[in-house]
Amino acid sequence: MNSFFKRRYIIQGIFILVTIILLGRLFYIQVIDDRYKLSADNNVLRKLIIYPARGIILDRHGKVLVQNEPVYDLMVIPGQVKALDTLEFCGLLGITKKDFDRSFKKAKNYSLYRASLFQKQLSARTYAGFQEKLFDFPGFYVQNRSVRYYPDSTAAQFLGYIGEVNDKEIEKYDGFYNRGDYIGKTGIEKSYEELLRGQRGVRNIMVDVHNREQGSFFDGIYDTVAVSGDRLISSLDKELQLFGESLMVNKIGSVVAIEPATGEILASISSPGYDPNLMVGRQRGNNYMRFLNDPYKPMFIRPIQAEYPPGSIFKVINALVAQQMQLITANTYYNCPGGYRYGRRGFMGCTHVHGTINLEQSIEESCNTYYGYTYSRMIDHAGMRPVNAYKRWRESVAKFGIGTALGVDLPAERNGLLPTPEYYTKVFKNDKWTSSFNISLSIGQGELGITPLQMANVMAIVANRGFYYKPHLVKAIGEKKIIKKEYTEKNYAGIDRKYFDPVIEGMSRVVNAPNGTAYFSKIMDIEICGKTGTVQNPHGADHSVFVAFAPRDNPKIAIAVVVENAGYGATWSAPIASLMIEKYLKDSISRPKYYTERLVNANLLPGQKKPVTKISAKKDSTTAAKPERKAVLPISTPKLKVKENE
Amino acid sequence: MNNQNRSFFFNVDFFTILLFLSLMAIGWFNINAAVFNEDQTLINLDSNSGKQLIFIVIAIVVGAVILLLDSKFFYLFSPIFYGITILLLIAVLVVGRNVGGNQAWIPIGSFRLQPSEFAKWATSLLLARHLSVMNTKLSDFKTLIPAVAILGLPVFLIILQPDAGSALVFTSLIFVLYREGLSPYYLIAGLIMVILFIFTLLFTKIYVIVGLLLVLGLLIYNFKRNRKLIMVFVTGFILSLLFIFSVDFVYKNILKPHQKVRIDLILGIVKDPKGAGYNVDQSKIAIGSGGLLGKGYLQGTQTKFNFVPEQSTDFIFCTVGEEWGFVGSFVVIAIYLMLLLRILHLAERQRSSFSRVYGYAVACIVFCHFFVNIAMTIGLMPVIGIPLPFISYGGSSLISFTILLFILLKLDSNRMGII
Repeated sequence: MNSFFKRRYIIQGIFILVTIILLGRLFYIQVIDDRYKLSADNNVLRKLIIYPARGIILDRHGKVLVQNEPVYDLMVIPGQVKALDTLEFCGLLGITKKDFDRSFKKAKNYSLYRASLFQKQLSARTYAGFQEKLFDFPGFYVQNRSVRYYPDSTAAQFLGYIGEVNDKEIEKYDGFYNRGDYIGKTGIEKSYEELLRGQRGVRNIMVDVHNREQGSFFDGIYDTVAVSGDRLISSLDKELQLFGESLMVNKIGSVVAIEPATGEILASISSPGYDPNLMVGRQRGNNYMRFLNDPYKPMFIRPIQAEYPPGSIFKVINALVAQQMQLITANTYYNCPGGYRYGRRGFMGCTHVHGTINLEQSIEESCNTYYGYTYSRMIDHAGMRPVNAYKRWRESVAKFGIGTALGVDLPAERNGLLPTPEYYTKVFKNDKWTSSFNISLSIGQGELGITPLQMANVMAIVANRGFYYKPHLVKAIGEKKIIKKEYTEKNYAGIDRKYFDPVIEGMSRVVNAPNGTAYFSKIMDIEICGKTGTVQNPHGADHSVFVAFAPRDNPKIAIAVVVENAGYGATWSAPIASLMIEKYLKDSISRPKYYTERLVNANLLPGQKKPVTKISAKKDSTTAAKPERKAVLPISTPKLKVKENE
Repeated sequence: MNNQNRSFFFNVDFFTILLFLSLMAIGWFNINAAVFNEDQTLINLDSNSGKQLIFIVIAIVVGAVILLLDSKFFYLFSPIFYGITILLLIAVLVVGRNVGGNQAWIPIGSFRLQPSEFAKWATSLLLARHLSVMNTKLSDFKTLIPAVAILGLPVFLIILQPDAGSALVFTSLIFVLYREGLSPYYLIAGLIMVILFIFTLLFTKIYVIVGLLLVLGLLIYNFKRNRKLIMVFVTGFILSLLFIFSVDFVYKNILKPHQKVRIDLILGIVKDPKGAGYNVDQSKIAIGSGGLLGKGYLQGTQTKFNFVPEQSTDFIFCTVGEEWGFVGSFVVIAIYLMLLLRILHLAERQRSSFSRVYGYAVACIVFCHFFVNIAMTIGLMPVIGIPLPFISYGGSSLISFTILLFILLKLDSNRMGII
């Protein structure tokens, strides 16, 4: 002991003070501050997302329409990337330094610590070469994915395609998707996205500082397994669909075939189409732009998006509605002097001088005059003001599924157009207008817009004698073969069964009577009931329309065919419909080969030379000068070559 | 107690030995956790934990041998130990192996000798001998200058290696001098220098000088009657000014780039979690993720998967913090505090000033290692590579700490005798 003995307490005090500081700091970072626990998890934990197989889509007979093919996505976690031999890296992937820089910057901007897609869909060969060198490139890894494959390249616009989610979709689904994930963009892929995508699994693994896997986190108790997407059974008949597509090559238009008893869509053709396999893979973006810029608009889904004035096929509806209103009967006769006079000087021409004809004949011979009178009775002589009568008429027509979307299981279906009385009042400037003001509605011209799907649905109503099921493309979902409830409910058109008989008789004669407008499309042992239409087109040649169902009793198929700029319905649309019906009912074509070939080979695209037709002698269309459009080789289904017809 | 020879072992302070053994045991378990690998059997002599086991056995043997030596031996031979150490420190500069930028090791067979570790107790012994001579007064320059020289020579040689961490340890011996009569102004001056150094780096010089002027003005105003004090303040102010201007010079020209970065990081001047800040960041993450109770033995992911560097040696405390949590950290720190207070207690109960001074030196050295090492792992100090006594992996460090401590125990066991 010496005189400085008391200084020991100072030194002890310093030791104790320092210890308290250390403990305080430790208490703060270990107990109070949670940040470090998160950082530790970020260091060690990697969530591997296990992507389930997307549900496949089959046709009604179980044949594959869409299946999956494995591809390999190259992922990157930018924070873990060490200096690397960019030249070798790019060489292995077959990309340029510029691509590399761009992709890497994009990934870095997204997140330094989270994986983002670096290069998508490596081919099996690229993957094999790259996999061997993968250990040289820390921060990069390969994720197995599957892409869609369409073995027959059919029904592109209806099956739809999948693509990377965009920001809007990420927001909409509230974080379900991550950047780089795929989502259905159009068609069935979009409308059944929640069922097709399945459930993603997550595997939590631990990695060391070199990002090498070190086993499952907590022996995998937080892991979830991936559940494959539901299998969809489409109502499409693949053979019929392919046959229809071959018939529609080099034509603009639609074919829609519905099974009347169920509302199932048997075939749906939008022409020109494209090969759905082109919307998969690395060239997708380029192809997409090409389709978008194509003047014939292959991305336009005509059966549900193209709206046409229906033309003469609308007479079927007017005949039914007028009977239901008890303003005409099967035995109502009108005289056709070759046209219908209305108003002070109005005259609506008819194709022939039909003389005095009844309802059946009016359908068979498509007499405009008859429907001029009929429409006038419904609007002007219904015991009420014309504007109210029109309203009643419109309600009856709307029950046929016209003017509103039918609710098919596809996105972006259009409503069509069925004008309200207010519309005419506005145009007429007061509500004192009569049938003379919109007489063209009597024959399906004027301010009407009907999609081919709606046309086919009208035929389904006629075939069923008064009701329809909402048309749909998916008839069964998953293993349990569930069907959406809305597609099992009958919708009534509000027409009594008995009123269909004269109309159907007329329609039968259209095809089966020698002077019917579509006699050329008659099939020997199938009684087709149909109606031709020629839609006036202010922009060019008239559109050829034909609707039908068959057989007459216990119908199995209802069909609508629209070929744009092709003239009379009987010339092109009716034979196509007739072949489709025969193909579906008989599975073989009884007519001579040239009959089919004439249709397959015809090029009816605007700006092409008009093909010589053997049956159009009856009444040649007004072949005026076609609008000058650049002739661009259309996209065709790959199995059929584009042939020029002289 | 009366018969020194017979009661020899009863005079050894077993409480200190208990603390010593428990620290080594904690060290071994944590080294084992840091290198743990499921494929490996528990004890593998090639792994760090296996080697550490050998070092522990050697340390215990060395400790026992020291207890068997005569106490006078240390007093008499202290100049020789010191001389040998100085020679080794010179030799290491010539034949030493350069590991990680420091020329600090002399390879002997498969082991590497680190002379700076042995310099700690050799210097302590000689310092104790110098200060135990009768009539020494640290207020007297005749005593102070040789004392500073004894400390300064090894520090100078160690800085040449350069091993800033070990050199820093020697500065902690200023507490020994303080205990033995050094004016407290030296401590206060040292504290002021540290504060000025930090402030000068954090703020621009002008602000620091303005601040100092304000403080000076206040002091002069308060003590305006006392001319002598005013003179002291003014001198202090001028010296401070000189120091401030030298900080820049030292910082720019004398410190190594990595040392500058480490200081910048701790002061928050730069942030670089991927580069220079990586070690400290990962170390904090490991300790912080331990939580209150820790992740459990061998369950630490940060240390096991090598996110923390140097995890068996300088950053061994990360394993403690991660696997044992705050409770484990508290226990380890408590053991150190007990050991330090016990050493002070042992020192104060010595009759000879040689033993007392040596005891204080031991306490200061252990304290400096303990504080700097743990403060570094939790981001309170810049990264300074010195081991955690008795816990960190490494033979030189463990054995030299054992020698350091057991010489004190030997002196203590003989405290009733006369040296």
